[in-house]
This record gives sequence, structure tokens and C-alpha cells, in this order.
Amino acid sequence: MMGELSNLTFEGYRRDNGRVGVRNHVVVLPVDDISNAACEAVANNIKGVMALPHAYGRLQFGEDLELHFRTLIGTGANPNVAACVVIGIEPGWTARIADAIAETGKPVAAFSIEQNGDLKTIMDASRKAKAFVHYASELRRETCPISDLWVSTKCGESDTTTGLASCPTVGNMYDKLIPEGMTGVFGETSEITGAEHICKERAANTEVGERWYAMWKAYQDEVIFAHQTDDLSDSQPTKGNIEGGLTTIEEKALGNLEKIGRDCRYIDILDPAETPDAGPGLYFMDTSSAAAECVTLMAAGGYVVHTFPTGQGNVIGNPIVPVIKITGNPRTVRTMSEHVDLDVSGILRREMTIAEAGDALIDMVARTASGRITAAEALGHREFVMTKLYRSA
Amino acid sequence: MSHPHLLVHDARDNVGVVVVEGLEAGTKMLCVVTHDDSSFELIAAADVPIGHKIALTDLSEGDTAIKYGEDIGKMVGPAEKGGHVHTHNLKTKRW
Repeated sequence: MMGELSNLTFEGYRRDNGRVGVRNHVVVLPVDDISNAACEAVANNIKGVMALPHAYGRLQFGEDLELHFRTLIGTGANPNVAACVVIGIEPGWTARIADAIAETGKPVAAFSIEQNGDLKTIMDASRKAKAFVHYASELRRETCPISDLWVSTKCGESDTTTGLASCPTVGNMYDKLIPEGMTGVFGETSEITGAEHICKERAANTEVGERWYAMWKAYQDEVIFAHQTDDLSDSQPTKGNIEGGLTTIEEKALGNLEKIGRDCRYIDILDPAETPDAGPGLYFMDTSSAAAECVTLMAAGGYVVHTFPTGQGNVIGNPIVPVIKITGNPRTVRTMSEHVDLDVSGILRREMTIAEAGDALIDMVARTASGRITAAEALGHREFVMTKLYRSA
Repeated sequence: MSHPHLLVHDARDNVGVVVVEGLEAGTKMLCVVTHDDSSFELIAAADVPIGHKIALTDLSEGDTAIKYGEDIGKMVGPAEKGGHVHTHNLKTKRW
């Protein structure tokens, strides 16, 4: 099996900076909430262009502003994006984002609305977006080794079947592909609570484990204990988790951690939306456990395929990254099959082993990376949600 | 092997997970421990939905529930062997 895996390839788009994308999007990126309308107008004018509207970007400051920039820059820089139009209300922040995206070598154009108005901005940006579509449409996929693939994971609407089947399926994939040079990431800081002692031990060394624990503890003290009213029982586990049979945060966390398999060790800890720079391997990113926020942050970190185990049936997608849904819950397969890319309910019937499910996921990841459209893409799920750390000035 | 009704992660666990829909009280369940593929039988003491937990032994208030071989919380009410374990009788120890 390992010999076969080292020869595993996919068809991807190699970008000027050496990274490989699995999609070829031309995006129109608003710097701020008030530029959404212009971006959506450009995407309406030019077919094959996607706007990424969001709710923020005005009067943010400090670490929250830095995260805003990092998320937008990372989104535009993601290898799944072939070219990018950036529109903001004023030229300063617009240029800051566009210039940083342009460091990847991809075509980027910046437009600002003040002293132009929406209509002139939309016309100028539409002409540029049209040129970018022609450019992107002539790029070709090429055969790439699996070590060029960056794959993220986060689960959602979890239940007891995710800990038995879909999460260990992702873990088996990582156990097999991280040694082949793949770059992976998991996160969900709040949902490690209850299994933090195990997660700390899964670091590559003591120093990384201590940094991970300090990050987790800071989250507990500064966010949870600072803002809780009574406890987290109404949020963790969620109502959906409880419907699915999960009772406590400890039980949920233990199932969640099944996503990193048996052998993987994480080599570094990433801030939200931070791009890893310690080479191939598994990383931990400090993220919310809310699905759309987490996947948006991981995409901004440069990950190009997302593996998403679900029990009760979370329907999330992402505009630039294909989100592969894996479920082991036979009721979800029966009632929500249009959302499921990989059915591993055979694990619960003992018809399929975790290792066989892992192989099936590796096949699905390679096919998705090579162009297969996921259920979430086909259904139009494009949840792009910025993480906000605190209220604006 | 016929399809199991209940899966147990670890031999140390005192709860298992129902993996079939429509489980009714009185069903003689085939239970499989996934860690070592061993199996045993247990009578379901209640109608329990798919994904929900069943006690493998009599559990009393104050007992620790074990799943994945780990502590997943404390019993705040009793559960008889074969009975339903969920938010009505199990709670986190975190808050």
C-alpha cells in the first residue's frame, strides 16, 4: 500500500509560486462590507467570476484587523484562485491586500470606489475581470505528486457515529498521506476541551505540545470563562450533537480527535488564517469550531481541499475550496444523500474497516483534487465567513 | 458476521453506541468492541435511537462514564444495564 501511495498523483494547477491549486477560480474580493455591492455587480456582469461578499472591514483595529487582512490576503493568495480583483472603498487598504496577493505571482487588480462611484468602479473592474477569465480559462491542469496537496479537516454536526466512523476515516487518510509529504491541518480549539491532555501529547515534541497547551488554556480563560453566562452546555455539545447522541464535551472532543489518526504528530501551531512555513506535515490552527468560520480560516491558510466528517448532516461548503462530506450515519445517508460525497456507514455494520474507508477517502480526495465537483459545490454552498475577534472601534 | 446493534470503542468502556435505527426494548443486541473485534450480547432495556448510548453495566449517580477508554463525564442519575445513557443521567465534569 505504501508503495502505491508514494506514486499517487492528481491533476492540479501549478501556480507561479510553486503551490498547486485544485480549482481555477477568478474571484472579486471586497475589502469591506460596503464594497460587496460593486463586487457582486462585477460577478453578475462577467460569467465565470465569483464575488466573495462578507460582513466586515470597517473600523477594525489591532489583532482583529490583522486577522481581517490575513484572511482576505490568504483567500486571494490561495492556489485555487487563478486571478483576483480587489475592490475597497478607499485605495490604501485595497492596495495593501492586492499587493500582498500579487506576491504569489498571480494576476491581481485593485479598484477603489471613492472619487469613482460604484458605476465607474464596476465598469473598470468588469473589464479587468473579463481579461482574467480569458487568462484563467487557458491554464491547464498538470500531473502533480500527492505531496503537493494541502488538505484540511474539521467536522460538524457531529454525533457518536463521527467518532466511530467518519473521523477515524480522515485520521487513517492522514496516517497514510502525511508520511508521503502531504500538508494537513486540524483545529477547533474549543472542541478539544475534554481531550486536551491527549491533544497535548500528540505534538511532535514537548516544546510544541507546551505551546499548544498554552494556546488552548488562553482560549479557555480569555474567551470561555470571560464571556460565559452559566456554562457552555447549550453550545457544546450543540443541540444537533445531542440529538445525535453526544452527551458531553469530553465525549465530543474524543471523537473529534479521531481525525488525526493513530500515528500523526502535529509539528507547529498556526494562528487563525496563518500559512504554515515549517514544511510538509500536520499542523494545528487556532480556530473557532463553527464550520464556516473554521473552513474559511483554513482556506486562507492555503489549504486547497477540505475533508469534512459529519454525523447529523452539516451542509456547509466554501467558495474556493471543495469540501468533501464524509458520513458514517446510515440515517443521514438515507435522508440527506445529496450532501454526502463518501458513505462510510459500512464501518458501523462491520462491512468496512477503517483502513478500507481511509483508502476510499484517499481516492475521493485525489478525484476531487483532479476536478470532481463535490456535493457542496453542486448544491451551491459558498459559505465565506470572516472570524471577528472583538467589536470594532 | 451479522450486523451489530451496538458498538463499543474500548474494552474498558461502560457505555456503547446504538448503530441501528429503531432499536426496541427487549432486543437481544449483538455488541462488538471495535478495538479488538470481540463481541458479546446484551438485552436493550429501553427503546434507544441510533447514535445514543446504552449502559453496559448498572451505573449509579456519581459513577464515571467511560468511552474510548476515557472519562466522558459523571452520572447524575442511574442507568440500568442495557438502559439509555444521555443528558438525563450523564453530565460533563467541566462545568
